[in-house]
Amino acid sequence: MTSVDRWLLPDGIEEVLPAQAAAVEVLRRRLLDLYRGWGYQLIIPPLVEFTESLIIGLGPDIDLQTFKLTDQISGRTLGIRADITPQVARIDAHSLPVEGVSRFCYAGSTLHTRPKTQLASRSPIQVGVELFGDASLDADLEVIQLMLQTLECAGLSGFTLDLGHVGIVEAVFNAAGLSEEREAAIFDALQRKSIPDLTAASADLPDVEANAIQALARLHGDESVLAQARVDLGALAPAALPALDTLEQVARDVRALRPELTIYFDLAELRGYHYHTGVVFAAYVPGHGQALANGGRYDDVGEVFGRARPATGFATDLKSLMGLLHSSPETTGAVAMPADRDPALAQAVQALRDAGEIVIADLGQSPDPRCTRRLLLEAGEWVVKPLSDS
Amino acid sequence: MTAELTIALTKGRILKETLPLLARAGIEPLDDPDTSRKLIFETTRPGTRLVLLRGTDVPTYVRHGAADAGVVGKDILLEHGAEGLYEPLDLQIARCRLMTAGPVGWQPGAPRVRVATKFTNVARRFFAERGVHADIIKLYGAMELAPMMNLADLIVDIVDTGNTLRANGMEPLEEIADVSSRLVVNKAAMRSRHSAIVNLVDELTRAVSEGIAA
Repeated sequence: MTSVDRWLLPDGIEEVLPAQAAAVEVLRRRLLDLYRGWGYQLIIPPLVEFTESLIIGLGPDIDLQTFKLTDQISGRTLGIRADITPQVARIDAHSLPVEGVSRFCYAGSTLHTRPKTQLASRSPIQVGVELFGDASLDADLEVIQLMLQTLECAGLSGFTLDLGHVGIVEAVFNAAGLSEEREAAIFDALQRKSIPDLTAASADLPDVEANAIQALARLHGDESVLAQARVDLGALAPAALPALDTLEQVARDVRALRPELTIYFDLAELRGYHYHTGVVFAAYVPGHGQALANGGRYDDVGEVFGRARPATGFATDLKSLMGLLHSSPETTGAVAMPADRDPALAQAVQALRDAGEIVIADLGQSPDPRCTRRLLLEAGEWVVKPLSDS
Repeated sequence: MTAELTIALTKGRILKETLPLLARAGIEPLDDPDTSRKLIFETTRPGTRLVLLRGTDVPTYVRHGAADAGVVGKDILLEHGAEGLYEPLDLQIARCRLMTAGPVGWQPGAPRVRVATKFTNVARRFFAERGVHADIIKLYGAMELAPMMNLADLIVDIVDTGNTLRANGMEPLEEIADVSSRLVVNKAAMRSRHSAIVNLVDELTRAVSEGIAA
């Protein structure tokens, strides 16, 4: 590394500079206050854990996403967390084994071995909530409301709520009795909604199965897809019907609270398919290809830590919200403090700072450019005057 | 913002075969892309724009939402991954095959083969599935030259007629994939402009089947 590139940061690793850092921190505090108001308790899980605890239960993707190192003390592999949700599941299952409902929230940096998309950060700041111990739709609805309020806290509007249910695809797959290999091919094509690839992958299946599988890729859009799904899937996979009822109920409940919100149904949305167990949801804004926040039900993930519990939650990345935030510069401007050892000045400054003002000592130089006012000694008293008054 | 739709098209042969399909769907560029030096074209459908790109750039533009939809060869999607995109429609144009090829009379059997290609990911996957360790050499053109100059044993490339291969003492061996152009769609656009996108997919689906019937 030469002095020319010593300043370079690795791909996908960024620092957050003052203007944005202030906005991000304000948002982080507001969000944690929001969750606190709903009874979610803040927890601070560690940055590293034994790799097995971090990746267990959540499928192979998270394993590839986790940076690993060898622990000098135990000789075991440590992972730097790529996702905080499994840590919270561990805490609920083992560290805080209360009966009944537990609500947790968190905010912390994570690290990804690879960026999720070309421009994505590899060090997102994950913020989210998890609710354990309740399997009802009320719990899902609470988490969905918190997800929507989170985006509103960030000043976003015009977003779409995505609703899906992993039980629908699961019912079709089970009814069709697919081989592992074929299921993988169909899974892959469904994620891309590639009707041609789906047709190819289901070509030699009986018509009923093939039609239902191909229908899955078309079942997205407004509420009418639920009725369409009953027609397309009902005959082959009656097990999908309760999942459709569930989605209809969730949509009705969300709509009652937010009549103006756009709800988009995607019955073949398979993000997290391997560990989600029920309703899944996400929020998209126009022009942003990835979901800004997502979540869903993941019952019994804690079983590997000794306690199976109903669970639902959502998470978002403060850094990706940051790109959409309107940073509001300080409006009143700071107060310049002259280099003077008068104890009365120190007192006046303390009073201003206690009142929330920014007071910057000028250290004998000209006032900091952020200052619009200064402290002046007038008739034996320190008073705040506009900088322009001399 | 609501009605605007930006479609990224792949320059060259794919563009020539895409334009008639778009025309049947009622979308025609106001300037002639053959003579104009523009990169962005307004169309006969107000609010719908076309941008002309290299094929490898189309998925990038669409994935990041710089374009709402795009037309790109399946070979590019196989090589660079279609993660984060929807690819709802096979336009059945610019058909060709992605194949392995080698010098006439080449015999398999070596535990490792040297493969020259610009489709490095496709090639690595293909040979690994067959239990062959391939040493991949990335080249950007004239693949046929690599075996002749003993830079590689085999090549992986797009084969149309096979004439270039034969002229250079080579023959196509195995087909990796049947390639044609796909319509790709940005995930957020599928949500925020659902009816516009679904209409486009429907119109193009119709145009494709009319094209086959004609």
